[in-house]
Amino acid sequence: MNKTNKYSMKNVDLWYNDFHALKNINMDIPPNEITAFIGPSGCGKSTLIKSLNRMNDLVEGCKISGSILLDGESIHGNIDVNALRKRVGMVFQKPNPFPMSVYDNIAYGPRTHGIKSKFKLNEIVEKSLLDAAIWDELKDRLKKSALSLSGGQQQRLCIARALSVQPDVLLMDEPTSALDPISTAKIEELVIKLKTDYTIVIVTHNMQQAVRISDNTGFFLLGELIEYGNTQQIFSMPSDKRTEDYITGRFG
Amino acid sequence: MVLIKSLFRKKPVDLLLLLLTWLSIVLAAAVLMLVVGYVLINGLPHIRPSLFAMQFTTQNQSLFPALVGTLMIVGLSLILAVPLGVFAAIYLVEYAKRGSRFVHIVRLTTETLAGIPSIVYGLFGFIFFGVFLGWGLSLMSGSFTTAIMILPLIMRTTEESLKSVPDTYREGSFGLGAGRLRTVVRIVLPAAMPGILAGIILAIGRIVGETAAIIFTLGNVARMPNSLFDTGRTLSAHMYALANEGTHPGEAHATAAVLLIVVILINALSSRIARLIKSS
Repeated sequence: MNKTNKYSMKNVDLWYNDFHALKNINMDIPPNEITAFIGPSGCGKSTLIKSLNRMNDLVEGCKISGSILLDGESIHGNIDVNALRKRVGMVFQKPNPFPMSVYDNIAYGPRTHGIKSKFKLNEIVEKSLLDAAIWDELKDRLKKSALSLSGGQQQRLCIARALSVQPDVLLMDEPTSALDPISTAKIEELVIKLKTDYTIVIVTHNMQQAVRISDNTGFFLLGELIEYGNTQQIFSMPSDKRTEDYITGRFG
Repeated sequence: MVLIKSLFRKKPVDLLLLLLTWLSIVLAAAVLMLVVGYVLINGLPHIRPSLFAMQFTTQNQSLFPALVGTLMIVGLSLILAVPLGVFAAIYLVEYAKRGSRFVHIVRLTTETLAGIPSIVYGLFGFIFFGVFLGWGLSLMSGSFTTAIMILPLIMRTTEESLKSVPDTYREGSFGLGAGRLRTVVRIVLPAAMPGILAGIILAIGRIVGETAAIIFTLGNVARMPNSLFDTGRTLSAHMYALANEGTHPGEAHATAAVLLIVVILINALSSRIARLIKSS
């Protein structure tokens, strides 16, 4: 991975008060590829993805050391955290549309960043929903409450919402764990389509999902990055015994 | 009936509990109906146009000045207490460090304040606003006193409803690069609005039903207040006076009926306002 990396992490350690949640993580994330984080619960994969757009800042007692560079620039340095989060969109484990209309859900981000023109907003809403492959389902329901949609639709709406502020990176924290298989398949298809325009990092519990969609996979255990590399390679010939045990279902 | 019989044979304890819950519902509803019915039946026949005369005289026993006084006290104390209480609660839930010592002390204080009998507030209001600040018996003294009374109530209910807004909404907003202020104003407050409104309605009920603190601070003079520093009376105090004199039981009941209707109207109005705020 010698091309210009999107993210470059060096010696990242993270503590929740006394709990050492991430231990010396070194990892590069290439652009326009899908990178999957796998590992058993509590291994630190969600913690790491939340560090990439500094959502961990909101957690009381969270301390982080080491460096995380986005396009060569430290995300902890002289950077506005809101501007960082505009560049790095996030999709959460449980679909979390705001309790407002479909249209207002999408327009919330652009409005936050100062876009007022009705024409421009209409354009963004349509483009975001098209990109999230949900425009056809929702174009006649823009004024309806987002909470009336099905779980799968809600999650694709949340993806559209994340796309509405034109990020470079899309972080997805187990985006399909609360969804049925058909909705999951739709989201996987969408994620593969999106990688031409975005760098995607996805946390998943589902190893088949990592195999199906990701280019690179990192395996985490107890806060350590055990193995990281090409997805095919990790799943066919893991170099670490613990990775092999996990992917063959011996634990986790 | 068949269901109950089979239930009785299979699970007698379940049936007993079922009957007890039914009984509780019926009793709770019956008590409310009894009070409302009693007030309306005894009050409505005594409502006549002269009860709404601008001037109170011993002949007409007009409740209109008291009605105006009630609305003014409710309006003024809400203007004072709602912004303060809501903003304080927003600070405690959204800004202050969760579980900090300061938050703990503020919470303890508001809880203590909420439990103090109203006569104590009345005495405090009388001495502080009436005597020390020289506002005398007036709408100002009265509304500041009731505002202090309802402040803890509004803070507590607002806090609870803010806390009940799922954190996933906040995460979604922060994740899009929205700051804390925008997140609170655009996402959290609208979602918490029904709970905040419930607190305000409870507060209105508490002000409208207040007599002791009102008589100490607003006074109990049956005339239309001319200014914010003028004395007056509220409907509850009016009822108290009428009942105390014992010469106009019909008018006292009529006042009770009007009070009941006013409370219902104010509640309807506040939910309308809250809906307007939410939709805008």
